[in-house]
Amino acid sequence: MSAVELLQLARGPALWASLAVLAAGSLWRIAGILRLGERPDLSEPRSTRLFAGAMRGIFVRMVPRKGFRDRVGPSLWYGYAYHVGLAVIVFGYAPHIQFVARLTGLAWPALPEAVVFPIVGVTFAALFLALLERLTDPVRRLLSGFDDYFSWFVVLLPLATGMIAIHQSYAPGAPPAPPLYPLPLAIHLLSVELLFLWLPFGKLSHAFLVFASRGITGAALARKGAAL
Amino acid sequence: MTEGARAVLDAAKVPDARRATREFVAQASRDAAFQLEACVHCGQCADACHFHRVSGDPRHTPIYKLRPMLKAYRRETAPFSSLKKRLGLAPPELTSEELHEWSELLYDSCNLCGRCTLVCPMGIDIASLVRRAREGMTAGGFAPTDLYKAAERALETGSPIGLRWPALKRQIELQEQETGLKVPIDVEGAEYLVVLTSIEIMGFPEAIGALARIFRQAGASWTLPSAGFEATNVGVQMGSREVAAALLQRIVDAAERLKVKTVISPECGHAYSALRWEGPNLLGRRYGFEVVQIVELLDRFVREGRLRLRGKDARRLTFHDPCQLVRRGGITEAPRRLMDGVSANQVEMPGAGAANFCCGGGGGVSAIHRAEGLRFAAFEIKKQQIDATGAEALVTACGNCRNVLEEAIEHYGMTLPVLGLTELVAQYLDDERR
Repeated sequence: MSAVELLQLARGPALWASLAVLAAGSLWRIAGILRLGERPDLSEPRSTRLFAGAMRGIFVRMVPRKGFRDRVGPSLWYGYAYHVGLAVIVFGYAPHIQFVARLTGLAWPALPEAVVFPIVGVTFAALFLALLERLTDPVRRLLSGFDDYFSWFVVLLPLATGMIAIHQSYAPGAPPAPPLYPLPLAIHLLSVELLFLWLPFGKLSHAFLVFASRGITGAALARKGAAL
Repeated sequence: MTEGARAVLDAAKVPDARRATREFVAQASRDAAFQLEACVHCGQCADACHFHRVSGDPRHTPIYKLRPMLKAYRRETAPFSSLKKRLGLAPPELTSEELHEWSELLYDSCNLCGRCTLVCPMGIDIASLVRRAREGMTAGGFAPTDLYKAAERALETGSPIGLRWPALKRQIELQEQETGLKVPIDVEGAEYLVVLTSIEIMGFPEAIGALARIFRQAGASWTLPSAGFEATNVGVQMGSREVAAALLQRIVDAAERLKVKTVISPECGHAYSALRWEGPNLLGRRYGFEVVQIVELLDRFVREGRLRLRGKDARRLTFHDPCQLVRRGGITEAPRRLMDGVSANQVEMPGAGAANFCCGGGGGVSAIHRAEGLRFAAFEIKKQQIDATGAEALVTACGNCRNVLEEAIEHYGMTLPVLGLTELVAQYLDDERR
């Protein structure tokens, strides 16, 4: 298979197949949890504003609570750095916006490369620091398993392959003209597709589970009138 | 004793990992499963836990304590579990050795205090999951022996320490002599039914006299029941809904027999959780009466002008928040308003309120003899909080906290008295303006 054919595969069948697995796998996982059911809470609530509690629970846990903040440690900052960094790279980098626009017709203004590229560096560094901490801190090392390390790997891979693909993809005139060097772009796309394939099954599913988890606890604590 | 409760006690004689597994799976309901699945292994809960802070043992990380339940869930009922089993990727079956090891993690080193819940960035209610995991441990026969024994005593006698009505009656008579007030017993149609804990009855019986004085000034009708007076619920602590429901039923029977409007949960954190939040779910029906914690009632009486206070304690006082009242129960401001009414020099501990540390004895830990060393070690964190205030006396609203604090204070060679908030309020009642 030539590099161009590989790129065609990555842009076409592989992309759609991975997106299908992402959607179906995520739905299956959520449905599999929902089917377990929950008995209604019969205790008299102190507050009935449960939806507001769930929403507050989702948002307030983005920042460590006062009284705990001073002991959270540097992992908090790595976490912020790579989550925000990945969001900026995915949604702010021009070629990514163009890619989404080609697929969906949706587009928005891109951030300048002078902003995105330093953020790529910060994200990369933050991911490695997070891994280092996971490997060296006794608590995180005890908690971690294959899922944690593989999830880290499938997040890092698109970042690394994307860095290789930067400035190599297109001749002047931009897409849909064929890229000058199709192989790095094909590998980059395939690495993103690996992330899509893994997301519903491993720790990366926290991307959607976080809303359920925080919301449930937020509503439960609000019901008791307790601090969120 | 109900058949279910008997079966729980019998389980201790023949521990069985499969029985535990079945109960772990049964406890993994929708909400629990969303939370079990959401952990990203960030480890932030470790630092929130006083047991981990003092031991430095990574196994004391709160979320790690849930591993047996997580394994059972992942093997038996989680999404993709069937596929993973076929592919040989599912976790192995739980073993008795593993569950015996985890008994220390799920009981001795967890007060169900909920600090971990509050710090978790994924919003996982770890304390509630530990409570659920204990159901599996108890059903399997892996809970600490001391808790099975306490449950047996509670089911047979009504009290975890074997205290029966004649002993309470004697304490009531002594308090009646002390205060000159009659303590109403089994009064049908009273507005308030007061239940007590064995710790209060035997360790702090002045609380009974304090209640008599408080209700007299408030002009409220109240009663104690001669049957169903024990509020301590070892079933909730050990993790047995059968035992918990059987014990709770006695209070509900008393409340319904005496046709009261309100049941007053005494100064005990877990009794409040059991009666107020878990009770209707354990019994499978809503109550026909209201449950109010004594601190909430006192606060209500003071705000309504039914209790008038005179004078204030001049000592430097600090309030220890019982975890089940504040973090798990939402009662934060009421004790502080009461403290303001009786203390001229109140000072807060660092992290007072929601971030307060447990005394170390909650969640049944104070009843586990083998956990005593770890409990005293964990008190070091509480001691730091207390020392930071320079307080001359400690006030709390939980008999178990009070008992545990007193023991630890003695263990550490401190000289701080520990006071009950109800008694403190009673001490400053303006009896002349009744």
